[in-house]
Amino acid sequence: MTLSTLSNFAKPDDAFRAVVEAHRGLSDEQSADLDAALVLILANHIGDLDVLREAIVLAKRRMIDASQQQQQQQQGAHKGRPYVMSIP
Amino acid sequence: MVQAKTDSETAESKTGTKTQFGYRRHPDQDRADRNAAEHPVVVVGAGPVGLSLAIDLAQRGQRVVLLDDADRIGEGSRAICFSKRSLEYWDRLGVGQRMVDKGVVWSVGKVFHGDSLLYQFNLLPEPGHKRPAFINLQQFYAEAYLVDRVGQLPEIDLRWRNKVTALDRRNDHVALTIETPDGPYRLQAQYVVACDGARSSLRQMVGAEFSGQVFEDQFLIADVRMTAEFPTERWFWFDPPFHAGRSALLHKQPDDVWRIDLQLSRFADPAIEKQPDHVRPRIARMLGHDEFEFEWISVYKFQCRRMDRFVHGRVMFAGDSAHQVSPFGARGANSGLEDAENLAWKLDRVLRQDSPQCLLESYHTERSQAADENIRESTRSTDFMAPNSHQEARLRKAVLSLARETEFGKRMVNAGRLSVPTSYDSPLSTSDADAWRGGPRPGASMPDAPITGLQGQSMFLTDAFMPERQRFTLLEFGNGCDVDAPEGLGVISVGGEGSYADPLALAVTRYDAGPGAAYLLRPDGYVAARFRHPTRSALEAALARASGRN
Repeated sequence: MTLSTLSNFAKPDDAFRAVVEAHRGLSDEQSADLDAALVLILANHIGDLDVLREAIVLAKRRMIDASQQQQQQQQGAHKGRPYVMSIP
Repeated sequence: MVQAKTDSETAESKTGTKTQFGYRRHPDQDRADRNAAEHPVVVVGAGPVGLSLAIDLAQRGQRVVLLDDADRIGEGSRAICFSKRSLEYWDRLGVGQRMVDKGVVWSVGKVFHGDSLLYQFNLLPEPGHKRPAFINLQQFYAEAYLVDRVGQLPEIDLRWRNKVTALDRRNDHVALTIETPDGPYRLQAQYVVACDGARSSLRQMVGAEFSGQVFEDQFLIADVRMTAEFPTERWFWFDPPFHAGRSALLHKQPDDVWRIDLQLSRFADPAIEKQPDHVRPRIARMLGHDEFEFEWISVYKFQCRRMDRFVHGRVMFAGDSAHQVSPFGARGANSGLEDAENLAWKLDRVLRQDSPQCLLESYHTERSQAADENIRESTRSTDFMAPNSHQEARLRKAVLSLARETEFGKRMVNAGRLSVPTSYDSPLSTSDADAWRGGPRPGASMPDAPITGLQGQSMFLTDAFMPERQRFTLLEFGNGCDVDAPEGLGVISVGGEGSYADPLALAVTRYDAGPGAAYLLRPDGYVAARFRHPTRSALEAALARASGRN
């Protein structure tokens, strides 16, 4: 099995909302605890180490993107140009 | 020969030397350096690994010189958990029953979080095995019994206070310089096995690296003597009320001695931590009373590391000299004993020229795989017990709390994964050509099963294997066609006529064996090959491969 990145929910907004609402009213610390538990529960449900590893790679790409973006921002600021979000 | 009248009873003494042996001058020491005595095998280090290896080699008919730089069995219980696999090995060395008789048998572990039970596990839930999952036994007893056994074997020449100070590797032998109370002398050996522990001086002499991970967390070991009614189980606590925020472990040993491990802070001062006055209130809080005496207190940090290569020409490394793990999982002494068992038969065959010297390379291949597995497992346990970051601590917290409600959470809690024999991906194994749904695959160690003997007596498969331990053995399941076994092969027939019977059908089940199936077992009880219906030529090919002759 490989990681499915197609949209699997009939109503993706409901799924996103469910996660968002789970975090409502929590402190950052509590939110982080919730996420940790949620990740482990979902990982076990998937029960496939290869899929889990693929998911980790995909998730970790955000960290790389974020640090690149930060670098660009800093470079931009250095050149006195404001960072402008590009709209595709 | 050493007069090993052990006196295991002297081990009862509370502190200091457990058992002391005399240094004796050996005629080898009178020889001129140029005319040094030559021996087939010199084993350096008379700990559990060196002693077991020497016994194994001697039982195979090899003469062994066993050197140790001390003249006593050390104090402190040190390694206390000996695995089923180690007991089966010690059975073959003639000391298993004595170990089990003295030891505390256990197979159940309990894991607590705070003051509530998270889960319990049974390491040997099924009946029909000769040996239990584990016994707890102070290392000094194990060593004393092994020394007694050495005393029964004239092939072993055990020399106390013989310290190797130099090692010179030559093409056809190894030259050793040995320091004694009477001054130095020299020896030559065809092969040297270094079982001289984590601080191995022989490892330094061959110039080998010993690198790996150092853990900063400190742990306190206290052996306390008291009468208590706790069950004989391994109890592990995360964040117990008596030791908030850290972990604790309680184990029963013989003689009303209890092993307590307490995790300390990274920054604790070991000199202060191990003062009895400092330890006493901690333990009293744990036990709820103050009625105990200390047997031994030690503070330790540990490392997980291994040598790149366990074989350096004619010098081989076994046990802690070759690899070191954290103590959680009982993977130190047990893996060292597996090293000894793996090496002994190979070295014996090479010395007899039944196998080429390259067979010894498979010792490195197989046992370094085991070392990697042991390091991986014990590192994971240690990381779980002592998380390295806030997020690791958070994930652990999630696992511990999920364990209260879910099966998967319980299985993720890592309070030590206890030693089981490693399955080898080995050049000595012949891959399966037939279809198997179960049973030990080639490279795995033989499972035990209850059988009945030729006179109808109850016994175990490991008993039947014992007289065959010196050679390759065909374990065949009867009522098929007769196998035309190659010469020199031991044969254990289960089922069929004139053989062992399998009344509970557990041997057949555990080996997934239909009529006519056969397993080729190595002298260390590992599976070399298996066949649904073996042919003479297939057996010969598998035997050649397993002997390093291909």
